[in-house]
Amino acid sequence: MSASRLRSAHRAFRQECLTHPTILALCRNPSAVAGGVVVTALAVLAIVGPFVTPYDPTTQHLENQLQAPSLAHPLGTDQLGRDVATRVVYGARLTLGIALLVTVVRLTIGVVVGLVAGYVGGWVDEALMRVVDVLLAFPGIVLALVVAGILGPSLTNLVLALAVVGWTRYARVVRSSVLEVRERPFVAASRLTGASRWRVVRRHVLPNVAGPVVVLATLDLGGVILAAAGLSFLGLGAQPPAPEWGTMLATGRHHLREASWLVNAPGLAIVFAVLGSNLLGDGLRDALDPTDRTGDARTEVARRD
Amino acid sequence: MQYLLRRFGSSAVVLFGVTMITYGLVHLTPGDPARTVLAERQGQQPSEADVQAFRAEEGLDEPLPLQYLHWIGDVLQGDLGRSYYGDGAVLDLLIAYLPNTIELAGASILVAVAVAIPAGVVSAVYRGTWIDYVSQVIALLGVSMPNFWLGYLLIIGGALRLGIFPVYGAGTVAHLVLPAVTLGTGMAAVLTRLVRSSLLETLEEPYVDAARARGLPERALVVAHALRTAMLPVVTMIGLQLGYVLGGAVVVEVVFQRPGLGMLLVDAVFARDFPVIQGVTLLVGTCFVIVNLGTDLAYQRLDPRVSLAGGGT
Repeated sequence: MSASRLRSAHRAFRQECLTHPTILALCRNPSAVAGGVVVTALAVLAIVGPFVTPYDPTTQHLENQLQAPSLAHPLGTDQLGRDVATRVVYGARLTLGIALLVTVVRLTIGVVVGLVAGYVGGWVDEALMRVVDVLLAFPGIVLALVVAGILGPSLTNLVLALAVVGWTRYARVVRSSVLEVRERPFVAASRLTGASRWRVVRRHVLPNVAGPVVVLATLDLGGVILAAAGLSFLGLGAQPPAPEWGTMLATGRHHLREASWLVNAPGLAIVFAVLGSNLLGDGLRDALDPTDRTGDARTEVARRD
Repeated sequence: MQYLLRRFGSSAVVLFGVTMITYGLVHLTPGDPARTVLAERQGQQPSEADVQAFRAEEGLDEPLPLQYLHWIGDVLQGDLGRSYYGDGAVLDLLIAYLPNTIELAGASILVAVAVAIPAGVVSAVYRGTWIDYVSQVIALLGVSMPNFWLGYLLIIGGALRLGIFPVYGAGTVAHLVLPAVTLGTGMAAVLTRLVRSSLLETLEEPYVDAARARGLPERALVVAHALRTAMLPVVTMIGLQLGYVLGGAVVVEVVFQRPGLGMLLVDAVFARDFPVIQGVTLLVGTCFVIVNLGTDLAYQRLDPRVSLAGGGT
C-alpha cells in the first residue's frame, strides 16, 4: 500500500472514529472528559512515575524521620525516613494494578457465568442464580475480609477474595442480555441456518453485552479501589513495606498528631483515583445509554458495597 | 399472597445458602485449623495427642457434611459454639458487641437521611443552577471518599485540633458523632443523588403536570405530590445500603477503636478464631436477608403496583 493511500485510510479511520455517535457523546460529556483526564493522568503516573522519582520507595533513612513537606520532600517523609511522594507514585502502580486485575477477573467470571446461565438455562441457570443471590446476601467487603483473612494476608489472596465475591452483577447483566438477545429474530434466523452456539454467542450476544459490561466495570472500578485499599488498611492486602495506599495509611495513623501528611497523602491519592473512575463511569453510562438522562437511580446500586 | 409466599420462599433458600457459605468458608484455610489454633494458644508446636483431643472436642474429625449438620443443629438451638481463645460463648460475644454496631449503623443512617433529603430536594428544585452543581460535586466527593481516611481527617480536625470530641472508644453520644459522620457520608452522597434524580423523574409525571395545571405552586407540588412517590426508590436504597453500612462499620470501628461486630470480626480473622468468624458472618448475612425482605415488603405497601404485577423481583 502506498504512503498516500495509507494516509487517506488513516484519515478515514480517524474521521469515522471521531464522528462515531458514542465517541461524540463521550466528548460532549463533561464528566466523562474529566474522568478520562484523571484516569489517564494516573495511568501515566503509574507507568512513568517510578522512572522519574529520585528516591527509592522502601530504603530507610532513619536520619530523615517524619520530616514535614519541603522542597526536597514535597509530601514529607515517613516514620522510616522514606520520601512519601515517591511512595505515593509507586503506590499508584500497586493500587491501580490490583484494582484493574480484580475488575478483569470479576468481569471474566461474571461474563462466563452469565453466558452459561442465560444460554443453557434450566436447572443450571437456576443453580447459578441462587449462588448469585447468596453472594449478594453479604456485604461484599465483609465476605472479602473473611475470605482474604482465612486464606492468609497477601496480595494474591486479596485479589482472589475481591474477585470471588464481586462477579455477581456482571453475571446478572450478561444473563439478562443473553435472554433478551436470544429472542430476537436475527438470532433465531442465524440459528436456523445452522450457526453453532458459540458462533451465535460470539457474533450476536457478546457485541450486545459489551457496552453494559464495560460501563459496569468502569463504575465498579472506583468501588474496587476503595475495597482493596480498605482491606489493605485492615492489614489483609499488601504488607509493609509495600507502598500500597491503604497500607501506607494504616502505618501513618500512628503519627496523626505530628505527621498528618502520612495519612493525607495516600488518602488524597485514593480519592483522586476513585473520583476519576466514578466520573468516567458516569460519563460512559450517560453516553452509551442516552435514554437514561437523569438516571443515577438504576446504576447507583452498582456502587459501594 | 402468592407474591408473599414466593418472596419468603426465596429468602429461605438464600438463608440456607448463607449458612452453607458461612460454614464452608473457614475450611478454605490452608493448613490444619487444630494445629494453627493450638500453636497459637500454647505458644509452641502442639503434641499429637493435643491435636487429636482438640479435633474430637470441636467435632473437626467428622466428614464435612456431617460437621455442617451438627453445626446447623446447634445454631438452630441458639448455640454458636465457643471462641477458641476462651472468651466464652460466641452468642454472648455477639450480644455484647452488637449494640455498639447497631448504634453506629442507626446514627449514620440518620446522618445520611438528614443530609440527603434536603440536599437532594434543593438540588432537584434548583436543577442546573450553581446550588445544584455544588451539591452534586460534594456528593461525588462523598462517594469517592475512603471512610478510613475521612475518619482520620475528622479525628485530626474534631478531636486533636479542636478537642471537642473524644478520639477513641464508645459509650457516650460524643463518642458516636465522628464515627457516625464518617460512616454516614458515603451513604448521604449516594442518597442525595438518588433523591435528586428520583424527584426529577417524578416531577415529569403526568399527574404532577395535572396538579401544576390546576395552578398549584411549585413548592406545594414538590412537597405534597412528588416527594412521596420520589421516596419509593429511596426507601429501597436505604435497605440496600444497609450492607454498605455494615461493611463500612468494620473499617470505621477499627479507625475509632469502637468495640463492635466489625472489630470483633477483624480480631477473629487475624486470630483464626473460626467459631467467632462464623458467628459474625452468619449474623451479618441473616440481618441482610431479613432487611432485604423487609424492604421489599415495605416497598410493596408503599407502591400498590408491585402486588398487582403478581411476580416482580
